[in-house]
Amino acid sequence: MRFSLGKWLLPLYAALALVFLLIPIVYTFVFSFNASVKSNIVWVGFTLDNWLNVCKAQGVCAAFGTSILVGVVATLVATALGTLMAIALARYRFKARSAISLLLFLPMATPEIVLGAGLAAQFLSAGIPKGLGTIIIAHALFCLSFVVVTVKARVASLDPALEEAGRDLYGSPAQVFWKITFPLLLPGITAAALLSFALSFDDFIITRFNNGGVETFPVFVYTAAAKGMPPEANVIASAVFLFALVLVIISQTTAAARRKRLAKIG
Amino acid sequence: MGAGAFAEAGADLELVGISKRFPGFTAIEDLDLRIPAGSFFALLGPSGCGKTTTLRLVAGLEQPTAGRILIGGKDVTNVKSFKRPVNTVFQSYALFPHMTVIENVAFGLRRRAIKDPVAKAHEALRLVELDHLASRKPQQLSGGQQQRVALARAVVNRPALLLLDEPLGALDLKLRRQMQLELKSIQTEVGLTFLHVTHDQEEAMTMADTVAVMNKGEIEQMGAPEELYELPRTAFVANFLGQSNLFTGDVTSSTGTSIVVVVAGIKLEVPKERAQRHTGQVTIGVRPEKLILHTSAPTVTPGTNTLGPGRVTDVSFSGVSTQYQIAIPGIGLITVFAQNMVFGPVVNVGAEAWVAWTVDHGFGLLDEPEHTPKFSADTDTAAIAMQTRRELLAEIEDD
Amino acid sequence: MAFAAFGSNANPVEQAPRRKSWIAWVLLVPGLAYLALFFLTPFVSLILTSFQEPVEFGDVGQFQAAFKWENYTAVIQQYWPHFLRAFGYAIAATFFALLISYPLAYFIGVKARRWPLLQALMLTLVIAPFFISFLLRTLAWKQLMSDDAPLVTALKQLTILPADGHLTGTAFSVIFGLTYNFIPFMTLPIYTTLERLDTRYIEAGSDLYASPATTFWKVTVPLSMPGIVSGTLLTFIPASGDYINASASFLGSAQTQMVGNVIEANFLGLLNYPAASALSVLLMAIILVIVAVYVKRSGTEDLL
Repeated sequence: MRFSLGKWLLPLYAALALVFLLIPIVYTFVFSFNASVKSNIVWVGFTLDNWLNVCKAQGVCAAFGTSILVGVVATLVATALGTLMAIALARYRFKARSAISLLLFLPMATPEIVLGAGLAAQFLSAGIPKGLGTIIIAHALFCLSFVVVTVKARVASLDPALEEAGRDLYGSPAQVFWKITFPLLLPGITAAALLSFALSFDDFIITRFNNGGVETFPVFVYTAAAKGMPPEANVIASAVFLFALVLVIISQTTAAARRKRLAKIG
Repeated sequence: MGAGAFAEAGADLELVGISKRFPGFTAIEDLDLRIPAGSFFALLGPSGCGKTTTLRLVAGLEQPTAGRILIGGKDVTNVKSFKRPVNTVFQSYALFPHMTVIENVAFGLRRRAIKDPVAKAHEALRLVELDHLASRKPQQLSGGQQQRVALARAVVNRPALLLLDEPLGALDLKLRRQMQLELKSIQTEVGLTFLHVTHDQEEAMTMADTVAVMNKGEIEQMGAPEELYELPRTAFVANFLGQSNLFTGDVTSSTGTSIVVVVAGIKLEVPKERAQRHTGQVTIGVRPEKLILHTSAPTVTPGTNTLGPGRVTDVSFSGVSTQYQIAIPGIGLITVFAQNMVFGPVVNVGAEAWVAWTVDHGFGLLDEPEHTPKFSADTDTAAIAMQTRRELLAEIEDD
Repeated sequence: MAFAAFGSNANPVEQAPRRKSWIAWVLLVPGLAYLALFFLTPFVSLILTSFQEPVEFGDVGQFQAAFKWENYTAVIQQYWPHFLRAFGYAIAATFFALLISYPLAYFIGVKARRWPLLQALMLTLVIAPFFISFLLRTLAWKQLMSDDAPLVTALKQLTILPADGHLTGTAFSVIFGLTYNFIPFMTLPIYTTLERLDTRYIEAGSDLYASPATTFWKVTVPLSMPGIVSGTLLTFIPASGDYINASASFLGSAQTQMVGNVIEANFLGLLNYPAASALSVLLMAIILVIVAVYVKRSGTEDLL
């Protein structure tokens, strides 16, 4: 078999593309170790101090904590509402089904700036002061559609025969839901919740329009970008990145291990 | 092959010393095969025997690890598949879902810049009686219709060699019979060389001029269907093509024309020209439909082998014939197919029975008996179907 | 987890329609109420605000209900270059993102099928940028493309860049930033459709005398159209409303301002709510028109 250059072109390209994607991540990570004083632009020297004393920089940890809080609450709201809607859309036939699907699609199709400005205008005319509450409301809104899409896919792939079996075996509707449906939906719900949290944590534009001075982590970064970025922001971002990466790797390896085990049995 | 030229007729196919090795196992080892132009050739074998791999090698979808492939005398081993004058009817049909039926059929013609591709495509669709569905999409057709479109799409290109990869597998019995006849008539009408890969021995025998039985990457026997059926050379062929009753014994003597094999103390005669080996321990056999069932001890006549008495252990009615199983002590289970000339079985379970057959109907196998299991029914078509069914059920249960 | 949002690999099971559809409504009402309150009404708010007029003798930022059409004409007159730039950059970014992402998605989804572990690893790397704040990602590119960074000095030495030129603050850097940020959005939907591509179609194409290039354009691309449509929409829509990349603090400058920047400036800076709302409504309307035309042309019905 001859060695053909063409065969290696695509894998090489893919590798380069992936490296390209990772460049800013590596940059951010490297500069989290920068012993910078005012702005984190020029490399001064290597230090672990940023990592060891993350909260030394003004406002970084507070912003991070706010983002976590917002993320958790918004995720809870969006996941709860979204799961209910997903079950309704996937399982039941009713006239307004396609209209509601369209309604859910719209927030995903609307540019963030329109969503943010709209909500801000709404809060303004309603006289609601902007703050933590409005941020949470805004985040739950745009996460809702993503939750519905994710959970709906999971519900659609659920075999109704399983719940019918539950009813056949004397389970009440509530029991069937909590003991059969919900556990089977849990992977989808968890995926939706994680997606929702990730979207909320990284959101900037919608937050900026509705935060009224409350600083989430992205808001902090934005204002710091003009003044001078503390390397501790890089630390937080890198830490979040590594955490998320580890989570994904763990979930992938456990899924792969489970598949291997099942393949052996089957 | 020049662009725009149709093959005038089918071309020869020659495989010389073909081997295909995958990491971990060898699919084909040193295969030699010659298919004359214009013939309908069937490659028959159980799943995993290498027949689909052979097909893909001819189509150019796989590269052989060693050996050469010649089409019409030209070495095409290193020619890419889109340059070979070969078309395939895929097992899954592989009709392009985003194109209409007519566009599917015209696809190959357009690539070769043939004039009037749409007109020719309509012609091909008329051949398979589907011209009225030309503007439908493949998803809107039934399985049988899709199969015919796939056939039209391949045939319209008048390839030197047409490859069929178990194309009738997904069809129900009646449709399959119909398609078998249609394929045969198209082949003779257009004069193409067909290479048909299948695990259905009935299909192979019905349609093909020549059948090659493949097992574990090698061709065990090749020839006309009748030849393969009436004179199998190996136990595998004897059991894969229909059923056989096989006996193992030592050759004790031989006359001018036949050998005598002693099985469980009984002398059985086999004509020398129908026996692959004439000395030592041999396996001989006879087809179940060649056996005559006797309810009382038959008179011993020259030219006939007789076994018995035994007890009837099973009677199975299957419309045209009834299958009887007789247990003969020292020999084992004998299967008899008897055409139902009267209503009801000739004997019942538990009755005493003898079997007899004309000496000329027996055959002797090539196999060394150590490798020959007495009744290896695992490779016959019925067993394959059962196995597939079991696998499908397991798959459904896994979901 | 992010993959799930872009398509499901599970096949839906046949579900019998339930007769007790009132349960459906019970399940839907909380979510619908939330959407009505915080999505639909804000739209109405936006439209109403866009017609408002300043309160006479009022403070900056004080407006009252009115029907001032002129808000729209004023906004179009003043900011039409920003609209042009926004859609121009967005189209360019979408195009480049498609160019970059398709081969990547093809490799992962088609060529790498034999190694699912490699596929999983590569997909993880594709979505990895999501895990790091996109502001910091964009900032990183700004630093890497700044005048004192090695990249620019190298380009100047190779005279690709003139001695007084710069990369940041140009249309190039803004489009670059947009493209980079949306590569995952483009790659994942295309990957999802390509992953499901039956390679037997490619074999059939080859069997029917189509060269690899022809097979690609006539078979693979049409069959991956749903993914391409999803990806382009997921890129174009957010990109046209983006203002981070174009902002002077990041990859842009005063000359690269997009609609998003002026909406932000008007809303949060000048407190000119009617102008900002008018701009938002116009942006949304234009996007809807473009998307409707695009979806109709590419013929994919099922977006959700």
